[in-house]
Amino acid sequence: MDALDLARWQFAITTVYHFLFVPITIGLSAIVAGLHTWYLVKRTPELLRLAKFFGKLFTINFALGLVTGIVQEFQFGMNWSAYSKFVGDIFGAPLAFEALLAFFLESTFLGLWLFGWGRLPEKIHVACIWIVHIGTVLSAYFILAANSFMQHPVGWRYNPQSGRAELTDFMAVLTNKVQMVAFPHVLTSAYLVGGAVVLGIGLWLMRKHPHDRGMYRKAARVGAVVTLIAGAGVAITGDAQGKVMTEVQPMKMAAAEALYTTRDSCAEFSIFTIGSLNGEQERYAITVPCLLSFLGTGSFQGKVEGINDLKRELPAQITQEAQARQEPLRYVQPPDAVFTPNIPLAYWSFRLMIGVGMAACGVAVLALWFTRKGRDTIPRWMVWAAIATPFLPLLGNSFGWIFTETGRQPWLVYGVMTTATGVSGNSAGAVLTSMVVFTVLYAALAVVEVKLFLDYTRRGADSYHPTKQTAEDEPLAFSY
Amino acid sequence: MSLETLWFIAIAFLWSGYLILEGFDFGVGMLLAVIGRGETEAETNDKRRLMLTTIGPFWDGNEVWLITAAGAMFAAFPAWYATMFSGFYLAMLVLLVVLILRNMGLEYRYKRDSARWRGSWDAAIIGGSLLAPLLVGIALTNLVHGVPINAQGDFTGNFFSLLNPMSILGGITFVAMSLTHGAFFLALKTTGEIREAARKFAGRFGAIAWVLLAVLLIWTNVHTGTAWSWAASVVALVALGSSAIADRAGRDGWAFLGTFFAIGLTAATYFLAVYPDVMPSTTNPAYSLSVHEAASTHLTLQIMTGAAVVFLPITLLYSAWNYWVFRKRLSPANIEPQGDPLGPVEAQQHA
Repeated sequence: MDALDLARWQFAITTVYHFLFVPITIGLSAIVAGLHTWYLVKRTPELLRLAKFFGKLFTINFALGLVTGIVQEFQFGMNWSAYSKFVGDIFGAPLAFEALLAFFLESTFLGLWLFGWGRLPEKIHVACIWIVHIGTVLSAYFILAANSFMQHPVGWRYNPQSGRAELTDFMAVLTNKVQMVAFPHVLTSAYLVGGAVVLGIGLWLMRKHPHDRGMYRKAARVGAVVTLIAGAGVAITGDAQGKVMTEVQPMKMAAAEALYTTRDSCAEFSIFTIGSLNGEQERYAITVPCLLSFLGTGSFQGKVEGINDLKRELPAQITQEAQARQEPLRYVQPPDAVFTPNIPLAYWSFRLMIGVGMAACGVAVLALWFTRKGRDTIPRWMVWAAIATPFLPLLGNSFGWIFTETGRQPWLVYGVMTTATGVSGNSAGAVLTSMVVFTVLYAALAVVEVKLFLDYTRRGADSYHPTKQTAEDEPLAFSY
Repeated sequence: MSLETLWFIAIAFLWSGYLILEGFDFGVGMLLAVIGRGETEAETNDKRRLMLTTIGPFWDGNEVWLITAAGAMFAAFPAWYATMFSGFYLAMLVLLVVLILRNMGLEYRYKRDSARWRGSWDAAIIGGSLLAPLLVGIALTNLVHGVPINAQGDFTGNFFSLLNPMSILGGITFVAMSLTHGAFFLALKTTGEIREAARKFAGRFGAIAWVLLAVLLIWTNVHTGTAWSWAASVVALVALGSSAIADRAGRDGWAFLGTFFAIGLTAATYFLAVYPDVMPSTTNPAYSLSVHEAASTHLTLQIMTGAAVVFLPITLLYSAWNYWVFRKRLSPANIEPQGDPLGPVEAQQHA
C-alpha cells in the first residue's frame, strides 16, 4: 500500500472509531438532561438515580469522543495537507466555528455539571447538562456543514491565480441542501443510538436487579419511546436525503442500488442481489418494482440513472465543468481513471445501515409491548435482544458513514478534487507508523472503555442521595 | 491593521491561552510525582485525589484551546496549518498519543478502586503532563527557529530536523514553566500540607525556570528579534521573577498571575519575533511562508472575525464563571472517601 491508501485507511479507521462515541454523546446527553429535568419537576428519587447512572456512562464515553476528535482534526493537516491547502479557505471556517461555539460549551459545562452538585443552584445545574447537549448538536452541525461541502460543493469558486478553492458565500455553505438533509438525519440517528443504549441497558437491568425493576422499566420505556420517535425521524430524513443524493450525486445512488442501466421510469428497489455486483448485469435479485424511483425522485415513474450510463456521461461533464472554471484537470481526473466508487461496499453498507436501524426499532416495539400497563418482567430471550440493541444503531451509524464517504469516491470534494490529489507528501512508512500506532491505541482503549462501561452497567444505579448545598468544610459531591 | 495581521494576533492569543491554561494542569499532573507522594498507597492516593480535584473542572476546557488554535490556523492560514501539521508529522503523532493517554488517565483513574489501576493511569497522567508541553515547546520553538521548507512551501526535513538545540531548550523551558505555574496553582487552590509543599517546590524550582527562560528568550531574540519581542521578553522575565517575590510574601494569587503572564509573554515573544513570517525556511529565506501567503481570503477572514468578536467574549465569560464557581481552596476535608463523580457506588453487588 502506498501513502495514499494508508492515509485513506487511517481516515476510515479514525472516523468510524470517533463516530462510535459521537452519537452516544449526543443521544445520551439529551436523555440524561431530560431525566435530570424530570426529577426537578417530579422529585421522584428514581429519576435522579437514573440521571446520575446514565450520566456516569455518558462521562465514560465522552472522554474517548473528545480525544478521538482531536485526532480527526489534526489528521486533515497531517495526512491531507494538499487538501487542507486547497480548500482550507472554505473547509477551515466550520471547523474553527465548531471549536469556538461547541467544544468550549461542551467541556466547560460538563465540568460544571459533574462538579457542580451542591455548588450550583438546582436549576442552573440542570441547565448545564442541557448546554452540554446543545454543544454536541452545534458541533454536529458545523462538522456536517464541512462534510456536506465535500459531498456537494456550494458557495465557492476556483481562483486560477492562487490555485485554490475560495469561499464566495458562507451562508450557502451552512445551508447547503445536502447539509439540510444530512444534519437532521445524523441528529436523529444519534438520538436513535441514545434511545437504544438506554433501552437495552434498562431491559437488561430489569432482569439483573429485580429489586429495582420498576425503575429500570421506566428507563427501558423512555429508551424505547426515544428509539421509536428517533427511528421515524431517521426514516423520514433518510428518505429526503435519498432524493437529494439522487440529484447531486447520482453515481452514489446508483452504486447504493447497484443499478447498472438507467431506468426511465419505475426503477425497482433491490433488497438482495447475488453474483452481479462487480459485473455489468445482475444475475439474481429480489426487488420491489418502482420503489427506487419513488425513493430517489418522489414519483413511482421517476427516472433513475444507472452506473453504466453515468460512467459514460459523468467524466465528460465533470471535465467540462472544471474547464469552465479554469481548474487544472489533474484535480478532477483520477489517476486510475475509475469514476465509480466501490459498488459492493456501497450496496451492502447502504442495506446494512437501514436493516440494523430498523431492527433496533423492532426491539423498541417489543419492549413497549412486554412492559405495557405496569408489567415489569420480560421473557428470557428478550435479554439477548436487550444486549444487542445498543450495538444495532451504532453499527447503522458506522455503515452510514462508510457508505456516504466511500460513495463519494474517487473524489475528496465531489467533482472538484480527487482523493489522490489531496494527500500529504509524507512517506508511506510515516503514515503506516501512525496508522499502526493509532489502531493499536484505539483497540486498547476500546477494551478499557467497554470493560468500564460493562462494570458500571452491571452495578446499576446508586441509591438515592439528594444533593444538599455543600458547606465549605464538607466533602464535595464530586472529587477525584 | 490588515485582517491577516489581526488573525495572526488571534492565533498567537489562542496558543498563549493554551500554554497558560493547560500549562497549570500539566504542572499539577507532573507534580503528582513530586508532591503527590505519601508513605503508603492510601496516603499517596489521597494527596493525588486532592491535587487532581483542583484541576478537575478545568482541564477539559483548557484543552479546547489547543483544538481552537489548530482550527483557527486551518481556517485563517490553511497553508501554515497544512505545512506545520504534515511537516511535524511524527511529533504530532507522539503529541496526540500522549494527550490521549493523559486524558484517559484523568477520566478513568477514579473509576475503579484498585491500586494497580490507579498506578497505570497515574503514570499516564504524569508522563503525559511532562511530554505534552515538551513536544508543544519543541514544535513552537521550531516555528521561530525555522525549518527546511522548499520553494513549494513543503516541509522537507524529518523528525530529527526538529530536534535542534534551540527547540530542545524551548521544550525543556516550557516544561519548567508549566511545573512552576502548576505549583503556584496548587498553592493557590489548596490549604495545609499540599499548599506548603507546592510553595516550597515553586520557590526552589522557579529559579531554574527563570534561568532557562532567560537563556531561551535571549537566544530567540538574537536569532530573529525585534524591538517588540525584546520588550515582551523583558516583561516575561520580570513577571516570572515577581512571582517568586509574591510567593515569598505568601501571596499565592499574585504568584500565579506572575507565571500566567510569563508564559503568555513568552508565547508573545515567539510570535512577535517571527512576524511577518509564519514559518521561516532554513533552506532559503525566500521560501519562508509569510502571513500574507498563508492567509485565507478576505471574505473568510471577515466571517471568522465576526464570529470571534461575538463568541470569544462569551466563551471567556463562561470560562471565567467556571473558575469563579470553583474558586474555593480545597482541603482534605473536601474530598469524599470514595471518588466517583455522580454519587457513591455501593460496595456490595446486587445479584
